[in-house]
Amino acid sequence: MVHFSPEEKAAVTSLWGKVNVEEAGGEALGRLLVVYPWTQRFFDNFGNLSSASAIMGNPKVKAHGKKVLTSFGEAIKNMDNLKGTFAKLSELHCDKLHVDPENFRLLGNVLVIILASHFGKEFTPDVQAAWQKLVAGVATALAHKYH
Amino acid sequence: MVLSPADKSNVKATWDKIGSHAGEYGGEALERTFASFPTTKTYFPHFDLSPGSAQVKAHGKKVADALTTAAGHLDDLPGALSALSDLHAHKLRVDPVNFKFLSHCLLVTLASHHPAEFTPAVHASLDKFFSAVSTVLTSKYR
Repeated sequence: MVHFSPEEKAAVTSLWGKVNVEEAGGEALGRLLVVYPWTQRFFDNFGNLSSASAIMGNPKVKAHGKKVLTSFGEAIKNMDNLKGTFAKLSELHCDKLHVDPENFRLLGNVLVIILASHFGKEFTPDVQAAWQKLVAGVATALAHKYH
Repeated sequence: MVLSPADKSNVKATWDKIGSHAGEYGGEALERTFASFPTTKTYFPHFDLSPGSAQVKAHGKKVADALTTAAGHLDDLPGALSALSDLHAHKLRVDPVNFKFLSHCLLVTLASHHPAEFTPAVHASLDKFFSAVSTVLTSKYR
């Protein structure tokens, strides 16, 4: 089980408080679909994904990105119990959505990159390290119920 | 995976923008890699890895210079990086997984210093570039 030190928790929560979840969610999912186009396989019904600008402006991408990142916010409130927090979502992603857990790692890293672009110098190596631990923990928790 | 003309243009423009900061960014990317992915430190037992280390900065410059060379030879990465490819295969033998960690931290570094230029399309091109360089550097492993 992942353990977060008080400093790591502080690094995560202080930054999260300044994040616009709706905007960041859309940006994260959008960039995932642009940078790793094969991830579009899960979103056939999203309409126009034909170019970077089409993807980033797509309302379904934005809405779904907001959903995903809002759920991520739950992780931050429960950093000591990621597996429990994401048990149901893990089952869903395996049994209904059939998403390869590698995609969780890709999205987590895209999120880290977005935070870097928003926070610049404030996103120090130590702050990044705390966030890498969190996104890895979330990815593992989401993969935990796979069978 | 092939770099399109647009990708090549994005990589060159990024490198022009980075200019003389390349060495500094190389050092920062290494520092980030060691902090976020501690297993990478196993390749540097002979280094002082504390924050601000002169050895890390110097090594970061080496890495950055190699990337600058690569950015100037996008039409022939295997040729331009042949010697480095030999080095990584026969001497350094860095496990391929680590190239992904460093590439990610290079993207984080660039995003943090140049957010305006780091558009989704540029992000994609740079990810492909670092991936292509990594492939060349591990191409002679076996």
